[in-house]
Amino acid sequence: MHEKKKTWLTFIFEVIVLAVLFTIVQYAMTVGLINQSYQINITSMCINIILAVSLNLINGFTGQLSLGHAGFMAVGAYASVIMTNNLGMPFIVGILVGCLAAGIAGFLIGVPTLRLKGDYLAIATLGFGEIIRVVLQNIDYVGGPAGMVGITRLTSWPWLYAATIVTILVIVNLINSSYGRAIISVREDEIASELMGINTTSYKVLAFVVGAMFAGLAGVLYAHFFYIIKPETFGFLKSFDIVVMVVLGGLGSTTGAVIAAIFITFLTFALQKYAAVRMIIYSLILIIVMIYRPQGLMGSKELTRKTFARIWSGKK
Amino acid sequence: MKRKGNKYFVILVAMLLMISFVAGCGGGTAEENQATEAEKIAVGINVELSGGVASYGSNARDGAVLAIEEINAAGGVLGMQLEPIIRDCKSTADEAMSVSAALAGENIVAQIGPLTSGDVQGSTPVMMENKIPLIAPAATAANVTVDDKTGETKAYIFRVCFIDPFQGTLMAQYAADELGAKNAAIYADTSSDYAKGLAEYFKKTFVEKGGTIVAEEGFVKDDRDFNATLTKIRSKNPDFIYVPGYYQEVAPLIKQARELGIAAPIGGGDGWDSPDMVSVAGGDALNNTFFTNHYSSQDTDPKIVAFVEAFKAKYDKEPDAFAALGYDSVQLLVQGIKDANAADSVKIAEALAKITNFEGITGKMSIDEQHNPVKAGVIIEFKDGVQVVRTRIQP
Repeated sequence: MHEKKKTWLTFIFEVIVLAVLFTIVQYAMTVGLINQSYQINITSMCINIILAVSLNLINGFTGQLSLGHAGFMAVGAYASVIMTNNLGMPFIVGILVGCLAAGIAGFLIGVPTLRLKGDYLAIATLGFGEIIRVVLQNIDYVGGPAGMVGITRLTSWPWLYAATIVTILVIVNLINSSYGRAIISVREDEIASELMGINTTSYKVLAFVVGAMFAGLAGVLYAHFFYIIKPETFGFLKSFDIVVMVVLGGLGSTTGAVIAAIFITFLTFALQKYAAVRMIIYSLILIIVMIYRPQGLMGSKELTRKTFARIWSGKK
Repeated sequence: MKRKGNKYFVILVAMLLMISFVAGCGGGTAEENQATEAEKIAVGINVELSGGVASYGSNARDGAVLAIEEINAAGGVLGMQLEPIIRDCKSTADEAMSVSAALAGENIVAQIGPLTSGDVQGSTPVMMENKIPLIAPAATAANVTVDDKTGETKAYIFRVCFIDPFQGTLMAQYAADELGAKNAAIYADTSSDYAKGLAEYFKKTFVEKGGTIVAEEGFVKDDRDFNATLTKIRSKNPDFIYVPGYYQEVAPLIKQARELGIAAPIGGGDGWDSPDMVSVAGGDALNNTFFTNHYSSQDTDPKIVAFVEAFKAKYDKEPDAFAALGYDSVQLLVQGIKDANAADSVKIAEALAKITNFEGITGKMSIDEQHNPVKAGVIIEFKDGVQVVRTRIQP
């Protein structure tokens, strides 16, 4: 009884913390404390968090190296823009259709390819990402290589914030459920988990579909903020950017993915002024982190209530 | 073990805080600079210095910086010095938007760049919202300056290059009138909107001139083997082949065509303009090939000669079309500031829209009601690996 009450209290406390954070940023945006430039970076940050956390589910927790995340992002982005811009549907329909389309794409690509392992899967997903890009390039309805221009800006701070929180909540809860334990067991030892009666392929497909859906969500938010989408935006370099975030944060740590996404977005922004040496500094930082933290910034550790409690009591 | 984990966490948080501190400081000092140096006119240069089209962006930047230095040496504009603020947009539309917003925060009066149409589109909403003119050196898609849906001209977006349809039309006129071609084949890069646009307008004009298109084929970016399609084209026996695309694919394509014994003249657009054309295809194979371009560094016009010399002296390399367009973008902006008689971005935009008969390196231009320059194009022929200006066609 006491335990239950405590959980409720922490839950309420967390909701309040999240609400306060939301209100502060919202207020700062309305009174102009956060200028346009920072607003764009906060948007990039949220989109990158969604991408990194969802890819971490596939690469980190399920242990399947996917290099086609930008492909799912593209599917979500294009599907939603067709809904909102071409068919005049409200934004929420765009979001749902975008996620659904990316999820279906994830299922279609996942079922045949997830029987592959390691390098083979990586190449298959890489190929898939390229196929999406080339297909989009050759459909005139979505603008061909020039892409779709003049997309109405519908992505606002409340949508971004909600989407980020929902992504993290769903994935963390999935990992902490019995499904999640099965997913992790696939990563740890596929043969052993199969012997334990776990249908490894179906869990891999599940993780893949959920990851793809949230990549689609990121694509929807991206398209409705940045005014233009074109196939080239979602090339394999974009996929690699997301993989870098996941590896930098630590494979199998949601906290790590969030921190790395924030870190990389901020780094890109801070280095804008040093155009000439930007890529050198960026690469050097990544190399240094990888030398001293080969397991990523967070390893496979998470930042939870317990960590905070431990730090608190440690200080005492 | 647990204590160790905490230590890393603390280091991590400290690192994040440090970065945010550095970033915050950067913003602060820029604003202070503005306040103390009010007599300077800040010009944003938002170009691709890394990523896919980094070579275009860095050449345009070199041209723009040369123009700014020349203007400053001559006493500046309205008694004020121009101050370039150079930023890299990584060849992506989202980064172009982010950079534009950062530049707007530094009180620029106008922005030069980005180079590609897609990156300009990314930058557009921020420029429109902040009412700051953007001069695109080389964005050739028609919908860069005009809104597709409403058909309205975007008030703050300008360019100094001609648009895709013009190049296709120009080459068709040249092929039909000067080369006397009757049967043309088109072999275009179908993965690029630019090449598709050129091919479309070439076809339209060529057919209007009474010619016949005997074959229409396509290749995609990064293709290297064109033999199968070229053999097919050879069997149709065309007397002109139009190959709009970029030099990476066009150079091996022309080499293979000549190896197959196709002697017909081959034509293309400004995507051909690269030293790699000669080094990959070879001077022999390139004989009897023509392309449309914004200008040629081999031109004997005294203005162009002076520009080429100044550019070579400063950078020790040949200025390509992007360098010339970057240079013209700055000169056009300066004309706009002079006409507006104020370093005020809204007034400059109004003045830019009215500019007529502006003498640039890439030709005389007048800005039309869709913010496109009305200007001449050049037909360049490769002769034993050297670019020779064949003719300059005024629309």
